[in-house]
Amino acid sequence: MLDAAAWDALALSLQVSATAVICSLPLAIAVAWFLARRRFPGHAVLSAMVHLPLVLPPVVTGYLLLLAFGRNGWIGGALAEVGIVFAFRWTGAALAAGIMGFPLMVRAIRLSIEAVDPKLEEAAATLGAGRWAAFARVTLPLIGPGILAGTVLGFAKAMGEFGATITFVANIPGQTQTLPSAIYAFLSVPGGEGSAMRLVVLSASVAIAAVLISEWLARRMAARVRG
Amino acid sequence: MTLSARISHRFGDFTLDATFEAGPGVTALFGPSGSGKTSIANGIAGLLRPDAGRIALAGDVLLDMARDVCLPAARRRIGVVFQDGRLFPHLTVAQNIAFGARYAPRGAPGLDGGTIEDMLGIGALMHRRPASLSGGEKQRVAISRALTMRPRLLLMDEPLAALDGPRKDEILPYLERLRDSGAVPIVYITHSMAEIARLADRIVVLRAGRVLRAGDVTDVLSDPAMVPLIGVREAGSVLIARVIENRPQGLSRLSINGGELHLPGVDAEVGKFLRIRILAQDVLVSMERPVGLSSRNILPAVVEEVHRGDGPGVALSLRLGEDRLLARITADAMDELGLAPGTNCYAILKATAVARADIGAMSG
Repeated sequence: MLDAAAWDALALSLQVSATAVICSLPLAIAVAWFLARRRFPGHAVLSAMVHLPLVLPPVVTGYLLLLAFGRNGWIGGALAEVGIVFAFRWTGAALAAGIMGFPLMVRAIRLSIEAVDPKLEEAAATLGAGRWAAFARVTLPLIGPGILAGTVLGFAKAMGEFGATITFVANIPGQTQTLPSAIYAFLSVPGGEGSAMRLVVLSASVAIAAVLISEWLARRMAARVRG
Repeated sequence: MTLSARISHRFGDFTLDATFEAGPGVTALFGPSGSGKTSIANGIAGLLRPDAGRIALAGDVLLDMARDVCLPAARRRIGVVFQDGRLFPHLTVAQNIAFGARYAPRGAPGLDGGTIEDMLGIGALMHRRPASLSGGEKQRVAISRALTMRPRLLLMDEPLAALDGPRKDEILPYLERLRDSGAVPIVYITHSMAEIARLADRIVVLRAGRVLRAGDVTDVLSDPAMVPLIGVREAGSVLIARVIENRPQGLSRLSINGGELHLPGVDAEVGKFLRIRILAQDVLVSMERPVGLSSRNILPAVVEEVHRGDGPGVALSLRLGEDRLLARITADAMDELGLAPGTNCYAILKATAVARADIGAMSG
């Protein structure tokens, strides 16, 4: 029912989204912790920077990524010398997806950290736990549901990312053609509506499955945290 | 001294500037809310970095702002029991209690797990989650958790304040057992004179961020000058008594330094020592031994000290042998009886005036 190109697009989308979420999650937790627990000069600026991909037109984000991470970009050029290339590769699609999903992840995780009473962390400190141990043994388990929610949102955003991706890494079948790009490609050729519709159903199924699984996990986790 | 602390800190309009020491046994920090008790607790625990001060525990310096030394809470090894328990909601009781054990140095002195479990009666709670515990159970678990880290000092910040009366009475015997075990020195922060009368060996009286008085509980509580600070309804002395006979009807005979007391509801074996709090307002003074009076407790006494307050009341300390009993009467009555230091009189106490909760167990 699905042709090879469609399967490729699905596999690539899952790979891109999973990579984007896994790589950005530790940074999202760290940024969320700083925004929730620390007051420092530049707090508002950091918060605004994090939210920028949410409010900028995706094509602008994609173009800025191309400027920075393209082969001649100031970061991309340096990375190319050590063998890391983003432009027109699936890794670039993952970078774009990660950046677009980042604000959603930070937001969900930050809210969950703010809901943890800092007095519990103080109690852990009086029991001898250093800052990292207190975070790992008290805060992290308590924000599990928030991390899960952020991960699902980030993953869903990554699966659906189109504008920044197509601007940054184009639409190369088998290389950078994710599900939304493939749908767009099918719709731009005559007689492609049938294939496009099959991909639409596929993306919708993946999205709904992700939400259902995360709901189920969140309920289990919340029950465990609440005791 | 085990703990010596000097803490100065400004919070807006409020200035904390307190110096005190705490030895073995229970040292109570007493004061109304806003007197700086919790800030002192946070300073000792390492949760507040004061503007100035020095804290040393058994010779180790924990804080010396003059030399910019401020050990983090995690390295002070002071067990803290907070008013709100602060149990970790995602862990079972057993996991909560074990939380700090891994950070205790090998061979650190302290009570072992089984002893703590028995002393605080938490054996049956081990697999429960904090959310399913009653307030009293939560505090017993919080105390067990703080003891399991083998602390050098146990700091209890209003541990019973969030509990209702019956729950408080349920926990006090556990705290008495902990005190009498002598396992760890305790700093006990409270605004409740009833808890101090039951538990404390020493008291530090705080008011508006300053230490007004520090000393042995029996001395400070029987000082007439302390009545306005403690509150006229709360003021009362603590006497040590020994049970000499339990009568079948439930009345017990107790020997105190200056005579005998007859009290109901004592619930202790003959030979046991008890701490008895006698409220100043429950003591009457008579110039002659009364006859035809229902009271069972008529004790010969000598007026030792008189403190006139601003109101109509007068606080007296009465010497009974080696003990001092605090009494509060009206100024009119005092003038009419001609009471002055040195006057011989009789102190009268109604047998039922001492509440069950004001009789505490003690070892020795």
